[in-house]
Amino acid sequence: MAKKTQVSFRINGSAVDVLVEPRELLIHTLREKLAVTGPHIGCDTSHCGACTVDLDGVSVKSCTMLTVQCEASEILTIEGFAKGGQLHPLQEGFAAEHGLQCGFCTPGMITRAYRMLQENPSPTEEEIRYWMSGNICRCTGYQNIVKAIQYAAAKMRGEEVQSSHPLMAEAGV
Amino acid sequence: MPQDLDTLDRRTALEGIGCSRKRREDPRFLQGKGNYVDDIKLPGMLYGIMVRSPYAHAVVRSIDTAKAKALPGVHAVLTAEDLKPLKLHWMPTLAGDVQAVLADGKVSFQNQEVAFVVADDRYVAADAAELVEVEYEELPAVVDPFLALEPDAPVIRPDLDGKDVGAHGKRRHHNHIFNWQIGDKDKTDRAFDRAEVTVAQDMYYPRVHPCPLETCGAVASYDAIRGDLTVWITSQAPHVVRTVVGLLSSIPESKIRIISPDIGGGFGNKVGVYPGYVTAIVASIVLGRPVKWIESRSENLTTTAFARDYWMTGELAADKSGRISALRVNVTADHGAFDACADPTKWPAGMFHVCTGSYDIANAHVSVDGVYTNKFPGGVAYRCSFRVTEAVYLIERMIDVLAQKLGLDKAEIRRRNFIRHEQFPYHSPLGLEFDSGNYGPALEKVLKAVDYEGLRAEQAAKRADPDCPTLMGIGITTFTEIVGAGPSKNCDILGIGMFDSCEIRVHPDGSAIARMGSLSTGQAHQTTYAQIIASEAGIPASVIAVEEGDTSTAPYGLGTYGSRSTPVAGAAVARAARKIREKARKIAAHLLEVSPDDLAFDLDRFTVKGDPSRSKSIKEVCWAAYKNVPEGMEMGLEAVDYYDPPNFTFPFGAYLCVLDITKKTGETKVRRFYALDDCGTRINPMIIEGQIHGGLTEGFAVAMGQELPYDAQGNVLGGTLLDYFLPTAVETPHWETDFTVTPSPHHPIGAKGVAESPHVGSIPCFSNAVIDAFSHLGVTHMNMPYNSYRVWQQARALGL
Repeated sequence: MAKKTQVSFRINGSAVDVLVEPRELLIHTLREKLAVTGPHIGCDTSHCGACTVDLDGVSVKSCTMLTVQCEASEILTIEGFAKGGQLHPLQEGFAAEHGLQCGFCTPGMITRAYRMLQENPSPTEEEIRYWMSGNICRCTGYQNIVKAIQYAAAKMRGEEVQSSHPLMAEAGV
Repeated sequence: MPQDLDTLDRRTALEGIGCSRKRREDPRFLQGKGNYVDDIKLPGMLYGIMVRSPYAHAVVRSIDTAKAKALPGVHAVLTAEDLKPLKLHWMPTLAGDVQAVLADGKVSFQNQEVAFVVADDRYVAADAAELVEVEYEELPAVVDPFLALEPDAPVIRPDLDGKDVGAHGKRRHHNHIFNWQIGDKDKTDRAFDRAEVTVAQDMYYPRVHPCPLETCGAVASYDAIRGDLTVWITSQAPHVVRTVVGLLSSIPESKIRIISPDIGGGFGNKVGVYPGYVTAIVASIVLGRPVKWIESRSENLTTTAFARDYWMTGELAADKSGRISALRVNVTADHGAFDACADPTKWPAGMFHVCTGSYDIANAHVSVDGVYTNKFPGGVAYRCSFRVTEAVYLIERMIDVLAQKLGLDKAEIRRRNFIRHEQFPYHSPLGLEFDSGNYGPALEKVLKAVDYEGLRAEQAAKRADPDCPTLMGIGITTFTEIVGAGPSKNCDILGIGMFDSCEIRVHPDGSAIARMGSLSTGQAHQTTYAQIIASEAGIPASVIAVEEGDTSTAPYGLGTYGSRSTPVAGAAVARAARKIREKARKIAAHLLEVSPDDLAFDLDRFTVKGDPSRSKSIKEVCWAAYKNVPEGMEMGLEAVDYYDPPNFTFPFGAYLCVLDITKKTGETKVRRFYALDDCGTRINPMIIEGQIHGGLTEGFAVAMGQELPYDAQGNVLGGTLLDYFLPTAVETPHWETDFTVTPSPHHPIGAKGVAESPHVGSIPCFSNAVIDAFSHLGVTHMNMPYNSYRVWQQARALGL
């Protein structure tokens, strides 16, 4: 067992100190030491994006980052999105457009989409599909994820939004 | 239906069947508060890792665990020798075979489980796993089921030496598992002898993997003082796991609690019981501490439950007009080193005998041989009912092969052979009773929506132009699925009938809790089951809590796979809700001082027939159930239903795919995919659409890229996401969906199940489209997957 190192960073606005081996991956520190279990582990090879976090303004796959690299960083995870009981427009959009099913990819998806919208507030469908291609979903087929991100982008631009799945469309009304 | 504003308001408030109700599951998933197995952390919890075989076939000469055990932080290293005294070194499979939990003197597939290391954390466990020294003596491996049946093929299962009869009858070779036949062979052969036209086609359905984003895992916690075992597990069927664990461990089921918390996708991968679950449980019992085991992605892709791996030969007999008289099918099924297929006990090829499809074929015969090879076990239903994807693939490909032979249009040949609406319930030549269908209108609706004639004209023009850089393919499938396993007279798993269950308790304030034996892995049962109860019992869905997955609270059920939740558990939900309604009716009659027969149920209340001003709301009745019931009636408002379905359900669909292939590169671009599904009564259109999008995308993945090939030494290729194709948002086509509604006549609310149809129906549609692109050049079949390299090879072979 290697000697442990103290690392200090901020996560979702709170300062934390952790004691880790140099080889420890950020995803393991988050999930096992800090009880931040929103980011998930879906592969071993940085393909799936379920572990995506936002680190110093960049989307990062936290399975590919050592915790000791995070000294003095500012990390945002899905746990930091809702404020004062109010869902973030992305969270609202994913619910309104049925952009999730099993929910396993969702924290990484939303975290990645957040960074994309910071950089490109009005993405086209093609841009969304390309910029989200580091995050795999096995359930939804992406079409409703695209819609969810479009919903959030519109809301964040201050536009009127509404679900494309009206409650009573087929309910004999 | 016209209705007044009050009715509309009340209907909206109920959020019953037919509403696109937003999901109850979403708030926790959207805020990172899902609770998946790997999120569970218990005081004193240890971490387990498997030591696996690098060889596909080898004798295990020795295992030296001393160095691993000496590493600080290591608590145990288990091998088969440690499990033997507990008789847990082998376990039964769902298919009536046995599987080694840890290698018992021999390994029979690459990455087979050899030892289980338990340590303080995953890093120490991984270090210790490296220190376990295993001496192997390599044996020749066989990964081809036809070579496995050669007389001098290596013996894969010496433990079966001398056993000429397996769980499914006679074995004719040391690597043979079973031969299963269904249908009238003589009649079918005679129909072929008499036929004006016959066609035959070999096709291989590659070995693939469901690959849910969450891998398999478990946290086992044994309380030695109480004698209680609790296991959090990634299982689509927690009650079945409890029964298996009880059988294996001799702990009574009353002392075992299996919890499937949130599950990150299943798609068939999480039906079986895997060695890691067993070793985690044993380690917890031995060490007296909770033990977590979570497999890596590579372990998932190479050890826990493949799907397909079917070598099929189809033959059709027909007259010159294309009217089919007989179907003959021979299958060689590669089951890997242990027969761990998930199928009802009686049917070792599952419901493959739905392979006559949507077509009225008088004669059919099917023969399936199961074979052992040095590959990992499985044979699960990847987003389909048992072996139905294979069956639908076969018939939908064969119809196209026959159309090509006769020069008939691929839509027209289907029209000529459809089972007609008036023939339902339809008795298939392979013994199934198709409950309902209306295939013709579904196909015509699709053809009209895409301007089929126009597409064929465009294709003809492109074929006529030698300078056209692309080939255009049009694929059609008009498939019928069989789901909702199933009637206990035909379907059981480990001797337990495949019923499902629901228990509803209504509280005094009019809210309710419902518990089921099924298990959502993303299908939103918490949302949709509440809609069924809302419509059937008049309780708003918003105040109905739905719970599944904890065997200590949920009634026994067989779980969720094979699209059985809505057909089986959903029926139990409807029937339990009706029992609530009928008791409520009696209480309402008592309160209104009328006879129960004088009351009409009106959405959320009972009204006196002929005097609608007199009514009692369900909410009022709920309180009265705990205070003021008719004389002789028990207090409370609860119901339980165990539903044994009288038949399967048969959802169907008509799909059409248009794609363009670049001749010089083999790149294949799906231009349009139109999917019409008929799943009977539609409970939540939004969720149905989501399931269809997902199923189409998984079908696209299988057709265009997924495979788990092996080299001759038995090394599995494709065991990481580097090699195993999971489409991203970029590759995934845009989906167009449509529907018709043909209710199931035997299901309480007419629903049939939907989530698997798009997978089952789309895969042959992609195949038919790719092959259609080459069909004018004489190509009748190409095996999947259609990655650019393989499609380019085909184009090149044709000199394009």
